Amino acid sequence: MFKFLSTYLYLRPKLVLGLLLGPPMIYMAVVYLGSLASLLVNSFYKLDSFTGLIDRQFTLETYAQLFQRSNLDILIRTTTMAAAVTITDALIAFPLAYTIAKVAGKRAKSFLYLAVMLPLWSSYLIRVYAWKLILSKEGIISWLFNLVGLNPLLDWILSLPNIGGSSLALSPIGVFIVFCYIWLPYMILPIQAALERVSGTLEEASSDLGAKTTQTFFNITLPLSMPGVIAGSIFTFSLTLGDFIVPLSLGNSKYFIGQAVYSHQGTSGNVPLAAAFTMGPVLIMVIYLLIARRMGAFDAL
Amino acid sequence: MANGITAVSFEKVSRSFGEIKAVDQVDLEIRDGEFFSLLGPSGSGKTTSLRLIAGFDRQTSGSIHLYGQDVSDLPPYERDVNTVFQDYALFPHMNIADNIGYGLMIKKVPRHERDNKVEEMLNLIQLQGVGSRKPSQLSGGQRQRVALARALINNPKVLLLDEPLGALDLKLRQQMQVELKSLQKRVGITFIFVTHDQEEALTMSDRIAVFNKGKIEQVGSPAEIYEHPSTSFVAGFVGVSNLIKGQVSLRLAGTDATYSIRPEKIHLTNPLQAGQGVVIANGSVRDVVYLGLYTRYLVELEDGGDLVVVEQNLHTTSMDVLALKGKKVSLSWKKEHMRLIGD
Repeated sequence: MFKFLSTYLYLRPKLVLGLLLGPPMIYMAVVYLGSLASLLVNSFYKLDSFTGLIDRQFTLETYAQLFQRSNLDILIRTTTMAAAVTITDALIAFPLAYTIAKVAGKRAKSFLYLAVMLPLWSSYLIRVYAWKLILSKEGIISWLFNLVGLNPLLDWILSLPNIGGSSLALSPIGVFIVFCYIWLPYMILPIQAALERVSGTLEEASSDLGAKTTQTFFNITLPLSMPGVIAGSIFTFSLTLGDFIVPLSLGNSKYFIGQAVYSHQGTSGNVPLAAAFTMGPVLIMVIYLLIARRMGAFDAL
Repeated sequence: MANGITAVSFEKVSRSFGEIKAVDQVDLEIRDGEFFSLLGPSGSGKTTSLRLIAGFDRQTSGSIHLYGQDVSDLPPYERDVNTVFQDYALFPHMNIADNIGYGLMIKKVPRHERDNKVEEMLNLIQLQGVGSRKPSQLSGGQRQRVALARALINNPKVLLLDEPLGALDLKLRQQMQVELKSLQKRVGITFIFVTHDQEEALTMSDRIAVFNKGKIEQVGSPAEIYEHPSTSFVAGFVGVSNLIKGQVSLRLAGTDATYSIRPEKIHLTNPLQAGQGVVIANGSVRDVVYLGLYTRYLVELEDGGDLVVVEQNLHTTSMDVLALKGKKVSLSWKKEHMRLIGD
């Protein structure tokens, strides 16, 4: 019976392919793309402000609402934060990933790898609240600044408009610090994977042709690891765009996209506006990927 | 060509990786303008020696000179040598022209001058018009030539080649062997060529160094290496060789020493006239391998031991030679073809 079955499948490679690919493809199409399509459709409806019911007629009115001052501010605030977090994480992650991939010995490598992975084993909420304590007025950071007599610097940072707040735990800068921490592994791992794939022979060839170590880095190593940086930045950028827990716990009263979506689809029942807000990050990511491709970030793939 | 100037010299150079001595107290002199091969089995230290010359690896002790200059402590980018890598190591994100022009770009040679030079190199390697393609769009043989051009454009004093033909198929490899040799004559640069293929080394080299276990067994011209192997390792590694020793040697040559005799020097189907300077040995044919152009016999001697005999099929057909299997034969060879081996 089994022999018959295996022979039957051996002779029909296309059936095997179908059986293997079918379930994940159906899942992708229905659950993933389906919900995205539903979002797209909903974003073209609008909430009837008089009856409080959703008017299922094609309209661009909901999108027009996005361009109201307060909503536009939310979009700009979130995108700026995502960009700042992505750039900072890339700058922190690259040297670390480089050390793991190219410098560290066998033991140091597994230690560093574990150190990067370990935070992912504990709950994300726990870590956000841990940071809330670290950053609070009575927390270790304030204490450290106090200890070395640098509280004027801390006070100055907290007094900056759009960055500071009443304490690190209740300010945009606090949100920024925690975002950078939370998403850092998602930047390190793809860069490290990309660097592992840059063959040492290529770096040797470059140095053989007269390039000093820094020249080799900028001409060979960096461009060839760019797909990893792009992959990592897609993670950090889109995760920041969609997150609502961190700004909710650490931010001031100013909304991010995630919070706006959360409140519109929940309390106010304005699903069309929530959907329109969600299409914002999708559109931003598509534009980002097109620019990245234009700049040749995927040429080395 | 060879003009007495020393291009590369090793003085008691060693390189150990922990317990393993990859290169062990090697002395070596390579002359200006020669095609020099480092030949040996894998793990014999030939590639490590090449990497020491390039500067990718540092010797544990000893010193390396390049045209009289001590380069032992110089990084690769300060050594006037260029390398053609085994896997070519072309930069995948750059097109062919940028790959070839990389060395000049680093030296900040102006754009138009660089373009002219690159064009010149593309002509030299007969790949005009591929400048804008990516390495992945070229065949193995073409990539090989690009790697060569990328190294030669810098006009190095010494070109290092690390088994550059290893990945090519037999036909292409033989064609590239001829091309490389003639290219080397044209440009007059010292070539140091690493290979484990003895035929390749014999075909192309002016001189060969045979490596074994981190040491050099013999340095000499292809003819010297082939005809006068100084150790049993060289005799066995370069070409096929029969070793005659102990009792057999006592019986056949009158002394208890180790001799080597090449299979093609032994007569089987048309024996030599017995007489002064001719050795005769009786045995029976144990195995016959018909290879078209020639036939290989394995003969078991009455005195003990086996001899491999190779004869061209000048007057014999496959029917004739295969019929010899199991037959008693009388082998003969000239005594002068027996080489006394040092060890």
